[in-house]
Amino acid sequence: MKIMVAIKRVVDYAVKVRIKSDKTGVETRNVKMSMNPFCEIALEEALKIKEAGFASEVIGVSFGPVECIDTLRTGLAMGADRAIHVDAPATLYPLAVAKLLKALVQIEKPGLLILGKQAIDDDCNQTGQMVAGLLNWPQGTFASKVVLDKEKKIATVDREVDGGLETLCLDLPAVITTDLRLNQPRYATLPNIMKAKSKPIKKMSVQELKVELRSDLEVVQVTEPPARKPGVILSSVDELIDKLKNEAHVI
Amino acid sequence: MVMYNRITAAAYRLLNQNKHSSFKIAHQRQLSPNFSRYNRSSSTSLAGFRHHCATVNLNQFHASYRWDLQKLSLVQFQNLSLIHHRSFGSVASTVVQRNPMFSTINSDDLIYFEKILGVKKVIQDHEELQTANTDWMHKYKGSSKLMLQPENATELSQILEYCNSRRLAVVPQGGNTGLVGGSVPVFDEIIINTRRMNSIIFFDKVSGVLVCEAGCILENLISFLDKEGFIMPLDLGAKGSCQIGGNISTNAGGLRLVRYGSLHGTVLGLEVVLANGSVIDMLGTLRKDNTGYDLKHLFIGSEGSLAIITKVSILTSPKLSSVNIAFLACQDYISCQKLLFQAKRRLGEILSAFEFLDAQAMNLVLHHLDGARNPLPSAIYNFYVLIETTGSNESNDKEKLEAFLVHAMESSLVSDGALAQDYSQATSFWHIREGIPEALMKAGAVYKYDLSLPVEKMYDLVEEMRIRLGAAANVVGYGHLGDGNLHLNVSAPQYDDAILAQIEPFVYEWTSRHRGSISAEHGLGLMKAEKIYYSKSSETVQLMASIKKILDPNGILNPYKVIPSSLVS
Ligand SMILES: Cc1cc2nc3c(=O)[nH]c(=O)nc-3n(C[C@H](O)[C@H](O)[C@H](O)COP(=O)(O)OP(=O)(O)OC[C@H]3O[C@@H](n4cnc5c(N)ncnc54)[C@H](O)[C@@H]3O)c2cc1C
Ligand SMILES: Cc1cc2nc3c(=O)[nH]c(=O)nc-3n(C[C@H](O)[C@H](O)[C@H](O)COP(=O)(O)OP(=O)(O)OC[C@H]3O[C@@H](n4cnc5c(N)ncnc54)[C@H](O)[C@@H]3O)c2cc1C
Repeated sequence: MKIMVAIKRVVDYAVKVRIKSDKTGVETRNVKMSMNPFCEIALEEALKIKEAGFASEVIGVSFGPVECIDTLRTGLAMGADRAIHVDAPATLYPLAVAKLLKALVQIEKPGLLILGKQAIDDDCNQTGQMVAGLLNWPQGTFASKVVLDKEKKIATVDREVDGGLETLCLDLPAVITTDLRLNQPRYATLPNIMKAKSKPIKKMSVQELKVELRSDLEVVQVTEPPARKPGVILSSVDELIDKLKNEAHVI
Repeated sequence: MVMYNRITAAAYRLLNQNKHSSFKIAHQRQLSPNFSRYNRSSSTSLAGFRHHCATVNLNQFHASYRWDLQKLSLVQFQNLSLIHHRSFGSVASTVVQRNPMFSTINSDDLIYFEKILGVKKVIQDHEELQTANTDWMHKYKGSSKLMLQPENATELSQILEYCNSRRLAVVPQGGNTGLVGGSVPVFDEIIINTRRMNSIIFFDKVSGVLVCEAGCILENLISFLDKEGFIMPLDLGAKGSCQIGGNISTNAGGLRLVRYGSLHGTVLGLEVVLANGSVIDMLGTLRKDNTGYDLKHLFIGSEGSLAIITKVSILTSPKLSSVNIAFLACQDYISCQKLLFQAKRRLGEILSAFEFLDAQAMNLVLHHLDGARNPLPSAIYNFYVLIETTGSNESNDKEKLEAFLVHAMESSLVSDGALAQDYSQATSFWHIREGIPEALMKAGAVYKYDLSLPVEKMYDLVEEMRIRLGAAANVVGYGHLGDGNLHLNVSAPQYDDAILAQIEPFVYEWTSRHRGSISAEHGLGLMKAEKIYYSKSSETVQLMASIKKILDPNGILNPYKVIPSSLVS
């Protein structure tokens, strides 16, 4: 069985995000870009499944500009066997990504497609669900535990819901999206970085996959939230009461 | 601090609790004002962060997940504050007597101080004094009854003029993170704390010159500069609490010295107040100024024994966008040395840190430091090296570092290694190196030695010490290998004179024999004042004492520290 893992290149989560001066989006020039942390978790899970003998190959796939290849290299250095880069514009919406993924799934025929539950740049949390719908595959979203049964060809997925844990049984092939708690992604070690240099990254175009990139959404403006006023230190309880009464009007 | 995956459970709980509570979330944002750079942690950050909350603009654009991760910093801070407080053991190897020439505080003194400072800055509160009397390691404890917190040089000048005339001894105190007992009173010296002198006065983007007051917390300066696209020339694990005035007074080295040089090179000017209250303005902002003696250098590293620093002018460097960090394993010490030799040649212009730790240090960190994760868990290695590069071109730098590492691996200098792929991994690598002092604190009693030694000899001392102490204590070696600076630490269940007798004077004699320094960067303080002759000739020490006599004839500034008491009292 093959496992396909979606890998997105995003602004590093530790970077303070800045808005472009024309308010069309977030500044990405000269900004540290890294693999979406949820995608790291997805890849780690795929690697674990492979190491446990349930899969023969892990394929990392990424859609976007040529820089995505760097992120795929990180995936290969973590242990993915090969990668596919589909050259596409930087802003792709979930439905477009889901259609591209579906096209790749039809070519590669993996038994599992693992994605992060969301990407930290747009926080959409839609792609996994959409691609499961398009493929008509069962989906286990927000997985915090994944157990595979090779004989029965099922995956048991624990997912965190408001009231506790929900356990799902999915017939393979299936789509799984990962939550933070699923695992702790490994580091890229030197021997693996060296090995990764000779692993193949296949390049494909949107046209080859016969997907039409059309969005029904238009971003009007991206702005920062209004500045929060600094707090004040008061010298007495009376002053606090006075302020609550006369300034905040809450008592 | 961003070992997010390890403590996700706690973060999750927080997230769920806070989903509908904007107040709490806002509060958590306050706790992580500095994520724009990788924010390495130490327990000492806590105090700094508290200070920070009031001043930092907390409005950041964040997708919700980013918050999710930042909450982890809160979790870690909570954990970090749980350092065990041990009782004071027998620690000082030298016993000093209170100098009978000094007066004791009376009620007129208090009235005078309250008159010039106002009541808020005259502190007699028992609890506050308890903290200020005790050093970071809980090893030295004074019994001062008074702490003054002047707000500017004028107030400080009035204080010192008065103390000098009354022969009241004082101890200058910054963030109180010093490691040699220099920042706390020995007896009843008045503590002069600089924390209220904390404004940034001027920053010039063209020259990179920053002028600020001495009480600015290093981490606040780092965050301020970050927004301007600059970095401080020094960085150390205590950044969340230590102050720039304290850093300069100890001539702190830290993690970037290999790249940016010592504070003697980057400090451009100082304003200081002498014991008699004179305010000396040497606050130049020029890189070049050869008019007469460059007196500021006297005060850099003088540990508060010659004057109190009130303002600082310092050269900062542009923040470069590409930072790469590798965590490597070496099988023996000779490989670490060869790696350093190679790194200086092959990474030269981008090398910004070269740190090492031994297996014992790694072990301590993994056992005692929250959130620490072994980057190379597949085997145990004898040595670990952390290499950081800083440059301006991400892909070039990374390629260069990778090529260097691959070569090092092929030539068997390096047995294994990991290369950080994002800031969170970078942070977690640094967390290990920077967390060693904290892990040692948690492990029990610790005897710390901060030595400059020829790199090739450095680790011999650790091995000899291990043989001397046998099973009685855990001997740990780590430090700034790139600068030839070894931190030799002896960790024991509790302070024990028998252990101390095995360490001292052996360590000092050994260091002296190899023409090393018994204090590479922490200073002499109280701990090593009497040991100065191991590294300085008697003529040199005599000259130091003469200079002290001229600047502080009554010896009121930080008595019993730095210079042997016999020479100054
Ligand atoms: C062509 C030219 C180019 C120059 N370019 C520069 C430049 O780019 N940058 C720059 O900074 N300067 C420059 N200088 C001036 C510079 O100060 C001197 O070249 C050099 O640093 C002085 O060295 P010297 O051995 O000639 O000292 P001298 O000229 O002999 O002495 C200079 C001073 O130092 C004292 N002195 C000398 N030796 C000792 C000692 N061993 N102990 C104590 N005191 C001592 C002397 O009493 C005197 O006060 C230049 C000079 C020339 C002629
Ligand atoms: C976790 C940790 C990591 C550390 N890492 C390093 C490191 O990598 N490199 C390194 O060099 N050091 C390191 N140190 C020790 C270092 O010396 C201090 O952290 C720091 O430089 C002292 O600053 P401070 O404001 O805390 O000064 P304090 O501890 O308050 O004072 C230190 C000395 O300076 C004097 N002093 C303070 N402020 C003034 C002033 N304004 N004017 C005159 N005298 C003054 C005090 O009297 C005292 O003698 C570390 C300490 C800790 C706790």
